[in-house]
Amino acid sequence: MCLAVPGKVVSIEASKAVVDILGNRRTVDVTLVNAGVGDWVLVHAGIAIQVLDQDQAAASVAAYKDLMDTIGMG
Amino acid sequence: MANALMPAGSSEALQTYVKRIRQRAESGGRPLRFMEFCGTHTTAISRSGLRSVLEGAVELVAGPGCPVCVTSDWEIDRMLAYCDVPNVILTSYGDLIRVPGSQSSLAERRAEGIDVRVVYSPLDAVNMAAQEPDRPVIFLGVGFETTAPATALAIADANRRGLTNFYVHSAHKATEPAIRTLLGQGGVRLDGLLCPGHVSTVIGADAFAFIPGEFGIPAAVGGFEPLEILVALDYLVEAARGMRPVGLFNGYTRWVRPEGNQQALALLRETFEPCDSPWRGLGVIPASGMGLRPAYRRFDAAAAFPADVPQPKPRRGCRCGDVLRGQLTPHQCPLFGKACTPSRPYGPCMVSSEGACAAFYRYSRDAAPTEV
Repeated sequence: MCLAVPGKVVSIEASKAVVDILGNRRTVDVTLVNAGVGDWVLVHAGIAIQVLDQDQAAASVAAYKDLMDTIGMG
Repeated sequence: MANALMPAGSSEALQTYVKRIRQRAESGGRPLRFMEFCGTHTTAISRSGLRSVLEGAVELVAGPGCPVCVTSDWEIDRMLAYCDVPNVILTSYGDLIRVPGSQSSLAERRAEGIDVRVVYSPLDAVNMAAQEPDRPVIFLGVGFETTAPATALAIADANRRGLTNFYVHSAHKATEPAIRTLLGQGGVRLDGLLCPGHVSTVIGADAFAFIPGEFGIPAAVGGFEPLEILVALDYLVEAARGMRPVGLFNGYTRWVRPEGNQQALALLRETFEPCDSPWRGLGVIPASGMGLRPAYRRFDAAAAFPADVPQPKPRRGCRCGDVLRGQLTPHQCPLFGKACTPSRPYGPCMVSSEGACAAFYRYSRDAAPTEV
C-alpha cells in the first residue's frame, strides 16, 4: 500500500505535472511538493509526496563507495 | 535509472553487508530480532531473500504495517454495507476489494452486479463523480500517512469543484499509535525497529525518535532496495550490540527529511481529526484513526449513508492478529498454505500483496517454521 515510485517531472501546469515514471508519462498532482521541471519526485496514489534531495542522494552513493573502499571491495 | 536514485546494489556490496551483519549479530549469542513495521518492507525482504540469508543471526518479524490487513472485520462489513446504497459507485485500491468480510467481499459483490471500481488514485474517483453527477461515488480510503494525503487532496478537489455526490469512508490510520501500542504491550521481544520509509517521507524521520527515547531500542528508517534495507539493519545491529548508542538512524535521506513533508502534514491536520480506530490484532487504539473534521462532514460516507452493522463473530482459526503483532510467523498458522492461500484467502494477511502471509507464501512457502 505504501509503495511509491520515483519519476522525473517533465512539465508542470498549475497543480498538475507530467511525470516520467520508468518511461511512462503520467499526470501527477504536485500540490504538496515544491517541485520544478527536471526534479525527481516520489509518486504515490497519483500525487507527489516528496522531492528528491539531490545532495543526500549523492552523499548516499558516496558513502556506499567509501564503505566498499574501506573494506577493500571498491 | 540514475545513480542518484538507486545506489548500486552490486552483489559484492550486498554480500559484504550480509557478512558484517551476521558476524556482529552472532557475536552476542542469541539472534537479534527486529520488526519491519511496513508491509512494503515485508514484501521487499521476502522477495530479496534477506530473511533467509540472515536466518540464525537476525530474525526479521513482520509487523502491523499492512493497511488492508489491519482493517478490522467490522470495518470491512461496514464498507460492504454501502453496496445497499441505490445506484452507488464504490471505489478503492485493488487489495481492499478482495478482503473477505463476514459474508462476502467487494469483489464478490461486484460479480453480483454492484459497481465496484479499482482506482489508482482517489483523484480518479473524484473525476468519476464529476462524470456521473446523478450517482453517489464513495471512495473507501485505507492506508497510513503515505496514502491519506491523496484522500485529503481528493476531498479538497471535490470541494473546489462543488461536487455533492462524492464521499469518503476514511479507514485511514496513523502509524505512531500502533507502534506505541505494540511496543507497550510487550508481547514480543524486539531488539530494534525498521521504520516505514514512505510513511517517513510524510511524517518525517524525527517522528520515530520516541522509539529509542521511550522504549530503549534502536530505530532505523530504511529504503526498499536490498542494499538500503541492509544499511538500516547494519545500524540496528551495531546499536543492539552496544557498538554505538541506541538512537534513531535515517538511512533513506534522499527522500526522508527529519521534519517530513510539512505541506502534506498541514493538509492532513486540516482534513482529518484523530479518532479511536479498531486494528486487527491490536484492538481499538485511541486516536489512531483519521476521521473527517466537521468542516468536511458532508463528504463523510458513514454520515451520509448510515447503516447498522453488527459486530461480526471472530473468524474461526484465523491467526492474522497474532501475525500482525509479530507473535506468530505465517508458517506457524495451521491454515497457512492449506485452508488459506492467495487464490482462496481466509485471512487478510493472505489477501494483500503486502500481507506477511502472502509474501511468505510467494517467496518462502516451503521454509521450516521458525519459533517466535
